[in-house]
Amino acid sequence: MSNRLGSQTLTFSRRPRVLSSYTLVGPIEGKGPHALDFDEILPDDVLGQKTPEKTERLMLEMAVEKTLRHRNTKSEEVHFILAGDLLNQITSSSFAASTYTIPFLGIYGACSTFAQGIGLGAALLQGDFAEKVLIGTASHYQTAERQFRYPIELNVQHISSNHHTVTGAGAALLGFGDEGPQISYATFGHIVDMGLKDAHDMGSAMAPAAYSTIKMHLQDTGRSLEDYDMILTGDLGKQGRKMLRLLLEKDGLKGLERLQDGGSQIYSEGQKAGAGGSGAACIAVMALGYGLNMLKSAKAERILIVATGALLSALTVLQGETIPCVAHAIAFEA
Amino acid sequence: MDYIIAFLVGGAICAIGQLIIDTTKCSNAHLLVGMVCLGAILSGIGIYEPFQEFAGAGALVPVLGFGSSITKGMLSEIERLGWEGLFTGAFEITGLGLAASIVFSSIIALLRKPQK
Amino acid sequence: MKPKDYQKLVKDNSPPRPLLKNTLWAFFVGGLISSLGQVVLNIASKTENTKAEAASVTLAVMILIGAILTGLGIYDEIAEKGGAGAAVPITGFSNTVTSAAMEFRREGFLLGMGAKMFVIAGPVIVFGILSGFIVSLAKALILGLF
Repeated sequence: MSNRLGSQTLTFSRRPRVLSSYTLVGPIEGKGPHALDFDEILPDDVLGQKTPEKTERLMLEMAVEKTLRHRNTKSEEVHFILAGDLLNQITSSSFAASTYTIPFLGIYGACSTFAQGIGLGAALLQGDFAEKVLIGTASHYQTAERQFRYPIELNVQHISSNHHTVTGAGAALLGFGDEGPQISYATFGHIVDMGLKDAHDMGSAMAPAAYSTIKMHLQDTGRSLEDYDMILTGDLGKQGRKMLRLLLEKDGLKGLERLQDGGSQIYSEGQKAGAGGSGAACIAVMALGYGLNMLKSAKAERILIVATGALLSALTVLQGETIPCVAHAIAFEA
Repeated sequence: MDYIIAFLVGGAICAIGQLIIDTTKCSNAHLLVGMVCLGAILSGIGIYEPFQEFAGAGALVPVLGFGSSITKGMLSEIERLGWEGLFTGAFEITGLGLAASIVFSSIIALLRKPQK
Repeated sequence: MKPKDYQKLVKDNSPPRPLLKNTLWAFFVGGLISSLGQVVLNIASKTENTKAEAASVTLAVMILIGAILTGLGIYDEIAEKGGAGAAVPITGFSNTVTSAAMEFRREGFLLGMGAKMFVIAGPVIVFGILSGFIVSLAKALILGLF
C-alpha cells in the first residue's frame, strides 16, 4: 500500500510523464480566448460525416493518431488505451479504439472522464503493468445536445447557468522518459450529491464535488493551494466557479486567486455560451492545451487539474432524481 | 386596428407565459400543455369565442387557440352527429394544421440538417 | 455542509433571470407573430366560406411558416431572444415537430423521423384532446345534446 497517501490519493514515485498529446476543437471553441493553446482548430463540426456521432468518433481517432505520430510511437508499443465520452455505452470511444489492436478500457465519468483516465493510466504505469498508455476523450455539441437535451433547432431559450458542450477531442500518451510534464499525484473523488435536481445548473451541483476532492487532495498530500501555480477546475462554469469559491472561502483557504476554471474560460463573453463549456472534451483540451502549455513554457511549475463530472442521465432527470457528481484531481509538475 | 389588437393580445399571452417560465419551475412543455388545456376549457364554457371574435389572430395563433379549436370542433360535430362527434371533432378544425405539420416537417427533414 | 444548507446557498447565489427583458422580448416576438397571423387570417376570411375554415387555414399557414423558419435554422435564434414569445404561438408548435423530424431523421425515416416527430409536440396534442373531450362531454351532458 506504499503508493497510497492518506485516504484518497495515489502517489506516483516513478513519475510517469505526458510524452505527447494532441488537442483539437471545433470552430466555435477555436474563436475562444484559448484558441492558440489548441493543436488544431477544425474548419467545421461535421468533417464530412453523415452523423455527429461519426464526427465525434473521427475527432477522437484524429487526436489519438496524431498523439502517436508526434513521438513516432507505434501502436504496438502502447499497452492500454483508456477512453471515454458522453454517449450511451461510450460508443464513440469503442468505435475509435476499434482501429487499433491495443487493449481497450472504456471509462465513464461524464466531464471528469479525462482526469479519471490520466489517474488510472498513471497507476498502470506506476504498477509496472504498462510501459505506455493512451488516454483519449471526445465530445460534440450536437451529440450531447440530442442525448441530454433537445433537438438542435428547437425553440429553447438558454439561461445563464446552461452549459454549452465543447466540440473537440484530446488524447495523451503517458509513459516514462526524460521530457514532458510529470504526474505526481492523483486524488480520486467520491460521489457528492447535495440533492440538487436542476439539470440547467450543473455547475452548482458539481462545485461541492470539486470542493471535496480539493480538500482531500490538500489533506492527503499536505500541500496548500499556494503550492500550485494554477488549480484548473473542470467545467464548473461561471455559476459553479462562484459556488466553489464560496465553499473554499468559508474554510479560510489562502490562494483562491490561483483557481481557474476550464469551462468558464474556453468561450469568450461575446460567444453567448451561458455558464461556459462542458463535455468530456472540455477539461481534456483545456488541461492538455492551456494547462500543459503553462508547464512547458515555464509559466508554471506545478498545476492541479480538478475535473468535475455530473453523472446524470436523461432518464434520471425525467424521473426527478438528484444529480450525483464526482471530481478527480491530478497534479502535474514541470 | 385589428393588427394592433392581435399584437397586443398575442404579445400579452406570450409575456404571461414567459413570466410563468421565469418565476416557476415550469418548463416549456408544462406551459404549452397548460395553455392548450386552458384554451379547451375556456372554449367549453363559452368564453373563448367572444374573446377570439375581439382579438382575432391574437387569440387564434397562441397555442390557447389550438386547444379552443379542439373543443370547438368537438361541439360542432356533436351537434351534427351526436356522441360520435366527441371523437371525430378533435381534428375537425385542427386536422388541417396537424396534417400540414406532418407533411411540411417531413419535407423539410428531407431537405435540411440541423445546424449550429 | 449539509445538503439543505448548500441548496440554500445555491438559491441565494443564483443570478436572477432578467425578468423585465425576457417578458418584453416575449411580448414583442409573440405580438409580432400574432400580427402576422392576423394578416393571414384577414386574407383567409375573404377566400374561405366559414370562420372555422378561415381559422383552420390560418393555423396551417402559420405552421408552414414555422416549419420553414425551422428548416432555415432561424427559429431557434428567434426563440433565444423571444423565449415564450416564440414557443407559445402555433409556429412554435410547428417548430417542435420540424426540429424533432430533422434531428431524428439520422436514425432512419421510419423509426427515427416517423417515430420521434411528435416527441415534444405529443403532450400538447394528447392533453389538448383529453381536456377538450372532458369539457365537451360535460357540456353535452349538461345541455342534453346527445
